[in-house]
Amino acid sequence: MNNYTERLYNGLIKENPTFVLMLGMCPTLAVTTSAINGIGMGLSTTVVLVLSNMLISMLRKIIPDSVRIPAFIVVVASFVTIVQFLLEGFVPSLYASLGLYIPLIVVNCIILGRAESYASKNPVLLSVFDGIGMGLGFTVGLTAIGIVRELLGSGKAFNVQVLPSSYEPITIFILAPGAFFVLAGLTALQNKAKKRAQAKGDPNAALIGCGTDCASCGKKAVCGVKTEQTTNTEQAK
Amino acid sequence: MKELLLIAVASAFVNNVVLSQFLGICPFLGVSKNVKTAGGMGGAVIFVITIASFVTSVIYKFLLVPTELEYLQTIVFILVIAALVQFVEMFLKKAMPPLYNALGVYLPLITTNCAVLGVALTNVQRSYTILEGIVYGVGTAVGFTVAIVLMAGIREKIEYNDITESFQGTPIVLVTAGLMAIAFFGFSGLI
Repeated sequence: MNNYTERLYNGLIKENPTFVLMLGMCPTLAVTTSAINGIGMGLSTTVVLVLSNMLISMLRKIIPDSVRIPAFIVVVASFVTIVQFLLEGFVPSLYASLGLYIPLIVVNCIILGRAESYASKNPVLLSVFDGIGMGLGFTVGLTAIGIVRELLGSGKAFNVQVLPSSYEPITIFILAPGAFFVLAGLTALQNKAKKRAQAKGDPNAALIGCGTDCASCGKKAVCGVKTEQTTNTEQAK
Repeated sequence: MKELLLIAVASAFVNNVVLSQFLGICPFLGVSKNVKTAGGMGGAVIFVITIASFVTSVIYKFLLVPTELEYLQTIVFILVIAALVQFVEMFLKKAMPPLYNALGVYLPLITTNCAVLGVALTNVQRSYTILEGIVYGVGTAVGFTVAIVLMAGIREKIEYNDITESFQGTPIVLVTAGLMAIAFFGFSGLI
């Protein structure tokens, strides 16, 4: 597998930000009331992630090490502002339903995490592909949660009635508590997969999911270190 | 006065920042293992959000609006918050060592707490006055503290329970959070 497809695979499956790394939980829970919202949020984040990865990778030799975090934040915030205006201008309905969570992409740990642990150390094109992989992984995660919630909560998928009208929607799934329940179910499944992998003696099992420790955005450095190690071992291979 | 009270109650309970707006989920899940640290985190958040909502409203009203640079709000706010957290940390270390010892460890974590930026942006979005902004900030932070302390209390008890293997750790915490969110729906009749 060449380096570029490897990056895509890494973001989509191996280090999927939603299911494996559990980063960016706030938008994951908040905007997944429908599949469309999930896709919209995922793609907006992808655009910001790709552009910021690209610019940060270009500037990686210029930005002094001691001020890199503020510099990254400025880069990310600029792109978020641009994306926010584009959405407001061209897809006002999506902009209205995502609302506050668009500007909050700035504090999404995935973006700063990738900037810190990948883009600031790797060439431009690879960083772009890393951004695409991670972004699409996030989009897939959000869409999957969105589909489950929309289907159970209103009997629809992508705004199209799927379940027969005799189905009584479990409204709680599109309300706030539903988000927690769906995510709980998904992480439980992931735990199960992890246990099974460990039982089989898979040496990578420990790397599946950073668990609670890393769910804390503030401790994203921990996660950065972890992904860094993975990338290093990959490079070593 | 009545309006301010309404803003405070609405932000603290009815639209609880964690359980209905999903801001600050990360510290809510990460730093809620025991009541004491949860309380510390809550204290630090109240402290920072109060100052941040004041500073960002002032900057928005007296700097960005007159110069017609409102579109820079996201960039300016996040930088102001990051700088503010650093500054608060240094100030507390020098001036109030006991408070620093209690809150210090949590301060750096707050920059990435989306609740802080969320409050600053909401203040602008709803065009609150500076006073309303501060009240909203304090209300939100109190709501966060209530949620995280309650969660920590429940988690301390969960430790002693026998839970299905795959639900141990994060999943059971998320289920608990979901139940708490249902309970907080009860407050919606308040206003």
